[in-house]
Amino acid sequence: MDSPSERSDAEHAGDGFRTPQHLSPAVAASLRRYWRTNVKLMAALLALWAAVGLGCGVLFADALNRFRIGGYPAGFWFAQQGSIIVFVLIILVYALALNKLDERHHEEIETLKRSAAEDAR
Amino acid sequence: MSVLHWTYVFVGLTFALYLFIAWLSRVRDTRGFYVAGRGVPAAANGMATAADWMSAASFISMAGLISFMGYAGGVYLMGWTGGYVLLALLLAPYLRKFGHFTVPDFIGDRYASNVARLVAVVAALFVSFTYVAGQMRGVGVVFSRFLEVDVNVGGVVGMGIVFVYATLGGMKGITWTQVAQYWVLITAFLIPAIAISIRLTGHALPQLGLGGQLLGGGYLLDKLDQIHADLGFASYTAAFESGQWDRPNVFFVTLALMAGTAGLPHVIVRFYTVRSVKAARWSAFWALFFIALLYLTAPATAAFARYYMIDSLQGKTAEQLPDWFRNWEKTGLILWLDDGDGRVRYSAGEDNEVFSYGAGKVVADGSATALPAITADHQKWISSGRAQGRDWRGVMRAAGLSGPDRDIIVLATPEMAELTAWIVALVAAGGLAAALSTASGLLLVISSAVAHDLYARVIRPQSSEAQRLLVGRAVIGVAVVVAGIFGIFPPGFVSQVVAFAFGLAAASFFPAIVLGIFSKRVGTVPAVAGMLAGLAFTLFYIVANVYGGMKPWTFGLFAQGINPQGVGAIGMALNFAVTAALTPLFPPPSEEVKDLVDSVREPEGEVPAVDIETAVEH
Repeated sequence: MDSPSERSDAEHAGDGFRTPQHLSPAVAASLRRYWRTNVKLMAALLALWAAVGLGCGVLFADALNRFRIGGYPAGFWFAQQGSIIVFVLIILVYALALNKLDERHHEEIETLKRSAAEDAR
Repeated sequence: MSVLHWTYVFVGLTFALYLFIAWLSRVRDTRGFYVAGRGVPAAANGMATAADWMSAASFISMAGLISFMGYAGGVYLMGWTGGYVLLALLLAPYLRKFGHFTVPDFIGDRYASNVARLVAVVAALFVSFTYVAGQMRGVGVVFSRFLEVDVNVGGVVGMGIVFVYATLGGMKGITWTQVAQYWVLITAFLIPAIAISIRLTGHALPQLGLGGQLLGGGYLLDKLDQIHADLGFASYTAAFESGQWDRPNVFFVTLALMAGTAGLPHVIVRFYTVRSVKAARWSAFWALFFIALLYLTAPATAAFARYYMIDSLQGKTAEQLPDWFRNWEKTGLILWLDDGDGRVRYSAGEDNEVFSYGAGKVVADGSATALPAITADHQKWISSGRAQGRDWRGVMRAAGLSGPDRDIIVLATPEMAELTAWIVALVAAGGLAAALSTASGLLLVISSAVAHDLYARVIRPQSSEAQRLLVGRAVIGVAVVVAGIFGIFPPGFVSQVVAFAFGLAAASFFPAIVLGIFSKRVGTVPAVAGMLAGLAFTLFYIVANVYGGMKPWTFGLFAQGINPQGVGAIGMALNFAVTAALTPLFPPPSEEVKDLVDSVREPEGEVPAVDIETAVEH
């Protein structure tokens, strides 16, 4: 554990990954990339969640009710069927994408470790 | 065999199954007791979460609420499922990576403060106790309606069953019984829904039936809107019309239920039980998938039963009334007080003749009146040509008992669809499964909050594994008894407070956990201040509104005042705002805590985790 005095204030304030001295810069960069990709995907999916659930299902429900989906008024459909279906799909997409990202990240870290070991030799 | 016999058979069989599973999954250590040894497969955890989540209210009351609220009933559907998106994206994987046993564990470690831990413990206990009392009452109600035993006897039997499998198997026993309970409750919910869908629309999928045409022609929802307009009710599918919730209320209640769902401790802890971060993500997907099976069907049941109920009662004479009405009339969930013309009229106006009998609610001349006395006196009024007796319709209307009880929508659907006796009995077993599974999950949270967060982490950190397990079992035993007593002597406010547990969870836990994961700058004081501000404001608003007679606030922005059910969304915003405002004034967390946040964010364990795990000795 490195002592706090060795870090600048800017590093304390920021919300991104610090680069602790026990991590090589390459590993720290890989971690930062992983977290950024995760946060971006999450933000996009949460935007979809808000647009469908709170947007179509609530805020614009009366306007959407002028259109129909089969026997359903569209706003009513979003509130009682569509939003739930979209919620299930959002979690499915997130689970698939993140588990894949985890795998890629794992391989990246393993490669970095191997090359570090070779450099040491 | 009669419905009663079948009910004894099903309830007996399912209870025996739960006890058998409990015996198979006995545990010997706290890891097994609190997080099922972290060995639960993702899909099984999804089912257990679904059963844990879907309470007696979801199973028995939700379809009824939608049936009477129409479009606005969607707040429960969207709120109670949308919360899982927040849970899956913002909380579940990170909390699993963090490990440990409970929600106060995370808050206490992340904010490096036993004060924060205690605030979280108090909030967890408060939310869980109010919620569990409602479940015990639900068990009693199902017993009394289907098995013709006293409500309190039913509550005691339910308590006994939960006591055995929760103390024996802890989280492990609870998890595997919940998996079984999921199948019991989903089967019991889907069969009547499919049957009534086929009967009305010819579609086997209730979701297609809801948007489909009636066998007699015309779309079901159009017909329902037409009937509602004719009888003076607000439109079934239209949003924000007069007599319905307005846009801000629908918005805030939906948001409060969503964030509250993501902040409820008994749901969050389920994600501690799976093997890995990856499994936690899959588990969140399976949970919502299994929940959606019921939540996509409930609105269909609601509309079918609404249509069928009105269609089979309106304008009928006493001889023409259907069997289901005759059966449920005995329970007081629905009753008919004629105006003298001999035909049933159900409407939103003063000429309405369909009511429900809320026990103890009908007060005339200063005392509560029994159901038989009401019907006899009303009959006297009719047969004497309005000379003697009393027209009870006005009394019932004044008591707010117009229209049937909402619970009848789910309870009477199998009979409306004219299904055989054993399916009617299955619904009883389903209602019990829903109530018991939720109760056991909540009891475990109560047990872990006291035995783990208080005893093992604060009071006696040096205690041994065996002592901790013993304390855990003892606390769960005491909690079952306390919950049972609440169920037998409900403190009046229980049924209302259950809905408010969400607001409290949204205003306290949700912001603290999300900021704890996604910010490394938020320190102890701002987080605790935010939690206390959100909790205090939400509690004050609810208590003042429901018991203090305070008018709902409009905040100078909204035409209708904000429903206390939706105030959690505002409490949550307040929590975020207070924390954000105070953060620049207080120091950032220590390096150890920052390393903890890094390790939670990273699936590999590349950033060295702070060695807290060994301190607790797992």
